[in-house]
Amino acid sequence: MNLWKEFSKGLWEQLPPFRILLGLCPTLAVTTSAENGLGMGIAVIFVLTLSNTIVSLVRDFIPKKVRIACFIVIAATLVTSVELLMQAYTYTLYQQLGIFVPLIVVNCIILGRAEAFASKNPVIPSFLDGLGIGIGFACSLVVIASIREVLGKGTWFGISLFGENFEPFTIMSEGPGGFIVLGILLMAMNISSAYSIKKKQHITDPSVLVEKGQKSTPLTNVQ
Amino acid sequence: MELLEFFILAIFVNNIILTQYLGLCPFLGTSKEKGVAFGMSGAVIVVMLIVAIVTWCLQKYLLTPYELDYLQTIFFIVVIASVVQLLELFLRKVIPPLYKSLGIFLPLITTNCAVLGVAISAQRKEYDLETTIYFAIGMGLGFALALALMSGLRERLRIAHVPRSLEGTPVALLIGGIMALSFLALKGVVL
Repeated sequence: MNLWKEFSKGLWEQLPPFRILLGLCPTLAVTTSAENGLGMGIAVIFVLTLSNTIVSLVRDFIPKKVRIACFIVIAATLVTSVELLMQAYTYTLYQQLGIFVPLIVVNCIILGRAEAFASKNPVIPSFLDGLGIGIGFACSLVVIASIREVLGKGTWFGISLFGENFEPFTIMSEGPGGFIVLGILLMAMNISSAYSIKKKQHITDPSVLVEKGQKSTPLTNVQ
Repeated sequence: MELLEFFILAIFVNNIILTQYLGLCPFLGTSKEKGVAFGMSGAVIVVMLIVAIVTWCLQKYLLTPYELDYLQTIFFIVVIASVVQLLELFLRKVIPPLYKSLGIFLPLITTNCAVLGVAISAQRKEYDLETTIYFAIGMGLGFALALALMSGLRERLRIAHVPRSLEGTPVALLIGGIMALSFLALKGVVL
């Protein structure tokens, strides 16, 4: 039961990049089409799960002072293998993601999970934690990318949805669309969590609601 | 004149944050106050320049001659981590006042994707050493410009009336979107 909790927290409670605001660069830069978002998501799942597992395996042998450097080298090794695999099997996707494939190594989620979870917990929970957070991140990327692709190009995974008369909302598939879509999604999540707290506790006093709402949604603080 | 053109392209047209979407974590995380934003920008410019020079030499004299190109990511990130460490030690010993203002931002820079991004894109564009240095400075100044604009806006925002559900990061993202939109307008600029 506890293990299930480690896995499932990444899917809602700590869903990146909404609940924990980490890994914003790939979130905004590669989500121009659903396919790119999915490719990036899968690469992150792979790196995050394995890096969590490896960090957890070697956590007792790493001296405290150099642990960050060790985590980065582990992540960099995994990212290099992802890069080589993508070059071999999905070369078009590799070219579309461009510089953001090697940049997975500085994705704060990887280092954040290694430092906050994997360096303190046994192997199996760390594995599940990485898998859960990775899948949550991949799902978020696909959602953001789908919104942007449908609005910006009128297609979804390359399939045309609206026929020829659709006038694309081009700005959505350009960079600014990423900021705007993410901002609006965060706003929607703030509203929904404020609403669910209100429903749960039947609070009528608005000032109490604000206090509770901010406590349960750490959205307003980056890192 | 060519140099001026290069810098205008690097700072405005190819702004690292607002048109290439690198370094967004510090863009949102350290832009709440102007002082913090300037400290972060200064540290990023210095580290970016040193890292660009070191990685260029490393690539030219070690990775390419021995055909170790596939180890680029690992080598570069290790260079960044050690440059940041060394700079921290150096500043603490030699220039304590500067350390006081930049010191707390240095550890954060290791995971700043703008630094690694500049090092890798300079390699992918196959710049020579001189162009790499200009490129790093231009990108760093672009980073500082975006961060200065954003922190100014967010300080102004503190006295504005923002809807509760938009407070904090969501409104910062929307502002970022509008800023990116205005920088997008520069994309067609030909000098």
